[in-house]
Amino acid sequence: MAPILEIDDLSVAYRSDGGDVHAVEHVNLTLNAGEVVGLCGESGSGKSTLAYGATRLLRPPALVTSGSVRYRGRRITQGGDPADILTMNHRELARIRWREVAIVFQSAMNALNPVLRVQDQILDAITAHLKLPRREAREKAANLLDLVGIPRARLRAFPHELSGGMRQRVMIAMALASDPEVVIMDEPTTALDVVVQRDILAQIVELKETLGFSVLFITHDLSLLLELADRIAVMYAGRLLETGNSAAIMREPAHPYTRGLLHSFPSLHGPRRELIGIPGTPPDLRDVKPGCPFIPRCSYTIPACAEVDMSLNPVVVPGPGSGLPAPVGGSHLTACPIVTPEEVSKEGVLS
Amino acid sequence: MKALANIWRNLPLKAKVGVGLFGFFLLAGIIGPIVQPYDPNAQTPLTLAAPSGQHWFGTTQTGQDIFSQVLTGIRLTLELSLLVGVIVTVVSVLVGVTGAFLGGVWDDTLSLITNVFLVIPPLPLLIILLGYLPDQGQTPTILVLSLLGWPWGARVIRAQTLAIRGRDFIDASRETGEKNWRIIIFELIPNEISLIAASFVNTVLYAIGASVALAFVGLTNVNEWSLGTILYWSQTDSALQVGAWWWYVPAGLAVALIGTSLVLLNSGLDELGSPRLRATRGTARVAGHRIWPTDPTPVLAQLQASRGRIGSFLYSFSRRSMLEGNAAGGDL
Amino acid sequence: MAYILRRLAFYLVAAFVAITLNFFIPRAVPGNPAEIILSKYQNITPQAFKAIEQMIGGAVGTGSLWSQYLHYWNDVFHFNFGVDLTDYPTPVSAMLDQALPWTLILVGTATVIAFLLGTGLGILAGWRHGGFLDRSLPVWMFFQAAPYFFIALILVDFFAVTHHWLPVGQGYNGEVTSPGWTWAFLSNAIEHALLPAFTIVLTSVAGWMLQMRNVMITTINEDYVIAAQAKGLSKRRVIFTYSARNALLPQLQGFGLALGFVVSGALIMEIVFSYPGIGYLLLEAVQNKDFPLMQAIFLCITFAVLIANLVVDLIIVFFDPRARAREAA
Repeated sequence: MAPILEIDDLSVAYRSDGGDVHAVEHVNLTLNAGEVVGLCGESGSGKSTLAYGATRLLRPPALVTSGSVRYRGRRITQGGDPADILTMNHRELARIRWREVAIVFQSAMNALNPVLRVQDQILDAITAHLKLPRREAREKAANLLDLVGIPRARLRAFPHELSGGMRQRVMIAMALASDPEVVIMDEPTTALDVVVQRDILAQIVELKETLGFSVLFITHDLSLLLELADRIAVMYAGRLLETGNSAAIMREPAHPYTRGLLHSFPSLHGPRRELIGIPGTPPDLRDVKPGCPFIPRCSYTIPACAEVDMSLNPVVVPGPGSGLPAPVGGSHLTACPIVTPEEVSKEGVLS
Repeated sequence: MKALANIWRNLPLKAKVGVGLFGFFLLAGIIGPIVQPYDPNAQTPLTLAAPSGQHWFGTTQTGQDIFSQVLTGIRLTLELSLLVGVIVTVVSVLVGVTGAFLGGVWDDTLSLITNVFLVIPPLPLLIILLGYLPDQGQTPTILVLSLLGWPWGARVIRAQTLAIRGRDFIDASRETGEKNWRIIIFELIPNEISLIAASFVNTVLYAIGASVALAFVGLTNVNEWSLGTILYWSQTDSALQVGAWWWYVPAGLAVALIGTSLVLLNSGLDELGSPRLRATRGTARVAGHRIWPTDPTPVLAQLQASRGRIGSFLYSFSRRSMLEGNAAGGDL
Repeated sequence: MAYILRRLAFYLVAAFVAITLNFFIPRAVPGNPAEIILSKYQNITPQAFKAIEQMIGGAVGTGSLWSQYLHYWNDVFHFNFGVDLTDYPTPVSAMLDQALPWTLILVGTATVIAFLLGTGLGILAGWRHGGFLDRSLPVWMFFQAAPYFFIALILVDFFAVTHHWLPVGQGYNGEVTSPGWTWAFLSNAIEHALLPAFTIVLTSVAGWMLQMRNVMITTINEDYVIAAQAKGLSKRRVIFTYSARNALLPQLQGFGLALGFVVSGALIMEIVFSYPGIGYLLLEAVQNKDFPLMQAIFLCITFAVLIANLVVDLIIVFFDPRARAREAA
């Protein structure tokens, strides 16, 4: 698997007079070519901050306090060393933006310019990066709408004249305008109803297969990622708690938080059971306490949790028969060294 | 009291300057009658004299002391404008809140009246109203100015009330059976305080400007020494042509400065009331560098690297760098 | 289209209210204005006096209030505002005809220039929020708060009285040239208009700039501007097509609302310059208690502002695709 975007030890803080708000803390995340990585977390977990911070789209008082974001797209590196987005100047950033890394924003109504027609907005994205004559650019814009299943007549429409689902498709079409390698999708279907959601997700998968870009899919809905993503990263209070293949995460969640998420939505199969949420609220990000941020809400916590260094390590399960833990192969990582997946996925065990 | 102290702390510098400046004129107006050296009406043989130790602002064509006139003028003008401000604010809150709260036909009618009076230019109407009145002293002026000044505030307050009214906590109050007027006074209005304050300041500004303009044209009582009247007499007696700048400059300057103090205060209140304007204090200073709102997100390592050696040395003494030393970015 | 019609209907209502107010105010105030006129102006013919009474109400024999009202409307439609008292027996409409072009050209041009300049500066100040232009705002605020005519006084004193660079007042120098489409007249008129125009621009630019700056700051934080930056668009496109274009809409609305005040201020300023426009005529009317003239000027100014507001509404509809749809639903 060839990595295309490597986020290494990234920390983002919001500066204020009352102290820094540590929105993202030492996150390592790798996106491989052609892969769909799901970034999952509740509101305020820092998932959007992570994505926008990595692409340097956050406004002051945001500040990237550590780390690197290495991009390995062939057009930029030309076979050589990866380029670090965090060290780029204006000019280099302009080459990366949209052409290499495109973003589908959460609320299409807000992300589309209300006074420009759809065609003009898509053309903007095309002509900023591709040197095409006007007629070809317009044809490409029309093709993009075809790709997402919108009638060409809608090119002349204004954003407010489209339905919610259509607007989101326009956003997707616009993101693909300059053939990016990476598409970051920030909760693209959260504001839509379930039926439309389904359609759009199917569309995204199809486009990905056809055009071959990688996707970083940000959402709070873990159930969605279990179907859509190849790998999933679970984020909480600015830190990654667990990463791994969707199958592994679903079958053997290794972190109590992940388990809590999995259990907060009902499954279609199996006996009916009580929906269990996660009691408590996320911590104040101004006050970074040592150890795991999930301690106040965790049912498995022990005093040693407060000294954990929050780095991700391979998940361990009890070895067969011996009672001693043995590492599981593969890339299932977690920051919780205390519990094992077996303990966490046991039904009905809550102390 | 604590709320006031809180507000004061959060006001941007320019607003504090505005408050100070306005306070200075307020003081001048209050102690004016005690402090003024001459009776503003008293004529002396020292006509059209330039400013001197005897007459700080010089004298008029009939030898009247301009300094005393200006002091009286400040008092009269402030008196009038503040009174108009209070009356208009009360009326506009009444109209705005009632319309938004009652809705339906009431709201439509009140809105129509408000909008019509908004679009009709006020000054010509004021001129007609005052022009026909036999007595053009302080009281009719106050009444007339109040009559035309309420639409601005009413419109803004109505919009805000509509926005708040839709919010859940109002519905919750309704559900628990709280009476309408109680909801208005205890739930609605506290949320609109900054808007009402801004509206008050705006109205005072309008009243000053309008009353000075009316006086300048000669529509108010020209024997009462408001700031506008001083300017009226300076114009009638051709102060400009004879080069008697001291006649109109102090009065005009007073009006301009009082107005400026109010505009400063208002922009400060604007920033208080609108979190957007406040949160983005514009360009930020991060690690000794200036970052514009539309720049790419700054990266600490890059900023520090480009500061240079002397810069880093100087920076290490700043409060910011001390805080950075303790930031959790380092040891966990 | 429906939107425009609604606005037009609104302005018609406003005009109706203005005319009605104009009718009722002289009748509603204590005292009898007609008598004041009679006592002041001795040489009015009985017919002329009857006409004046029709306009502002009299003591006896002029019919019921309703019939007077209808007559009044008739007069207004025929632009019959009665005869002027100070310049008796010149019809008021003739005096307006003479003064109106001066005011329209001066105030109209200067206001538009001030708006464009102020908006442009506001775009810059908003984009560079916290920058140099932004921090010089208090200076601009001073000019906004100072009465127009006060700034005029200072400017005249400096440029005309002390230094004789520009004429002190008037619309043109009557001894040197006379009205007509000659270059001599036009250049002289322009020379006389420079200082008044400069005053209007100087005092009103601040207001437009402050307003645009505030709207720009809010607009820059909208998602679509961040999206535009994410798209890697050129700075110019982000500033103008994505930010300013959207910020322009509330700015234009504010322009319409503030128009009444701007025009009023400019009129008062004409007095300082003895500029032969409506404002100067107004001063004359007020000082001489020339009621017919006063009322006519009020209607004149009001209608001008209403029409200007309608034009601004048309411009807004042109720029805002949502406005066209808003009232159609």
